[in-house]
Amino acid sequence: MASCFQSALHNLRETKVWKSVFRRGPANTNRTRSLAIFGNLFLHWMPVKVREKSLRVRASYYLGSISFILFIVLFVTGILLMFYYHPAAPNAYRDMKDLQFVVANGVFLRNLHRLAAHLMVFAVFWHMFHVFYRGGYKPPHEFNWVVGVVLLLLTLFLSYTGYLLPWDQLAFWAVTVGTNIISAMPFIGHKVRFLLLGGNIVGENALLRFYVLHVVILPLAAFVLIGIHFWRVQKDGGLTVKPKDEDGKE
Amino acid sequence: MEKNKIETGLSSDAKKEPRRVVFVTKKTSAKVVGERGPQLMTFPHLLIREAIAFQVLVIAMVIVALVWDAPLERLANPLLTPNPAKAPWYFLGLQELLHFFPPFVAGILIPTLVVVALIFIPYFNVNIEGRALWAYHPAQHLRTILIVALMLLALLAGFHAWTIFVPTALLATLLVISYTGRQARKGWLGSLGSKPLSWWIMTWFIAVAVCLTAVGTFFRGPGWSWVWPWGTYAG
Repeated sequence: MASCFQSALHNLRETKVWKSVFRRGPANTNRTRSLAIFGNLFLHWMPVKVREKSLRVRASYYLGSISFILFIVLFVTGILLMFYYHPAAPNAYRDMKDLQFVVANGVFLRNLHRLAAHLMVFAVFWHMFHVFYRGGYKPPHEFNWVVGVVLLLLTLFLSYTGYLLPWDQLAFWAVTVGTNIISAMPFIGHKVRFLLLGGNIVGENALLRFYVLHVVILPLAAFVLIGIHFWRVQKDGGLTVKPKDEDGKE
Repeated sequence: MEKNKIETGLSSDAKKEPRRVVFVTKKTSAKVVGERGPQLMTFPHLLIREAIAFQVLVIAMVIVALVWDAPLERLANPLLTPNPAKAPWYFLGLQELLHFFPPFVAGILIPTLVVVALIFIPYFNVNIEGRALWAYHPAQHLRTILIVALMLLALLAGFHAWTIFVPTALLATLLVISYTGRQARKGWLGSLGSKPLSWWIMTWFIAVAVCLTAVGTFFRGPGWSWVWPWGTYAG
């Protein structure tokens, strides 16, 4: 059965259509395996070869990959949630209730989005600390570390702007407490807060601004920076492998 | 077949300029990459691992999302302030800081300094080899660090910032232990003694951040007073 399936797959890869789509036949030689990477728009930023040591779990705990996977999950669930959401008060809250009682699997969708958001904040922090302890910020990785710090801030802002959107007591007061801190900024504090909220209190304008930041501006910025971040990993020579990894233990 | 008669400009007009082949800076030693070691093809070895990570993570999250519901409180009401009003968990460390220090220091100065420090980490270029703190002049280093630590602890005690005081004191104790056991070659004491200063600073920062966040999340009740997470209060 398995071999039958395999030969069918093999035959499929030999077809003209497959080759026209993927620009190659089956990836059974190192040449075609390389082609599978640099002949693919979505993978071409990856190195064709990776050090065996950098694939070990301890080298990264796959924390960067996990952060990105969570970002993808958030992207997909977020777009689905946008179909049911109006960034207006109090409609936003009613949409939460609709998710709960009207929309099929609405609660599940919201649970998944929220869970992935909290996990992403956690994973990105852990990723940064792990990279630090591995010495992954050292030359020639300096700039990619800085990109990573900016991505951490973007993750926090993404999570924070999303926090207001349910428009319940939890959201409202969490954002009120947080944005009050901005007022402590000397000279421009109140102006910055006004700019962010579109007013002096957390109201409908603030909801709309946070919504636009949450679904357009911040994800777009994150996407661009994630692209740079990944690309630089390859350009800077791959993951940092410590000499201690030579014998397979730390 | 006739040859192409059109000449390309490359050979005829090419300007002859010296071409830089390599650029050697003063500090190149750190950038030298060691043995690359054995390598594997990204396709399939890395991609299959990414795919497995994706599937395991998504399956685990789906299971959790099926049983753990996101909270939804009552409609936002600007006239009804909950006590305590808490920020999301990742900002509760900051909120805990606000309890001890004036808003400008806790809300603006310290976070800005932390972000700036994080950004500049790779540009310090100090001790790039990761030499142990006790490798040279251990007694001198210990004296300097103890003076700094004691001054910091006194400052924190002055502000009654016990949430920062405790992890700081703990880390200082660990530091002294690692000094006394710096001759050890093996075990946790040996590995602790081989840590560079940057390790100690980052570990201290993480310990303080975790402590602040945990206290802010679980141990703060009405009026930001101390409560036990297993106790109940009429909020």
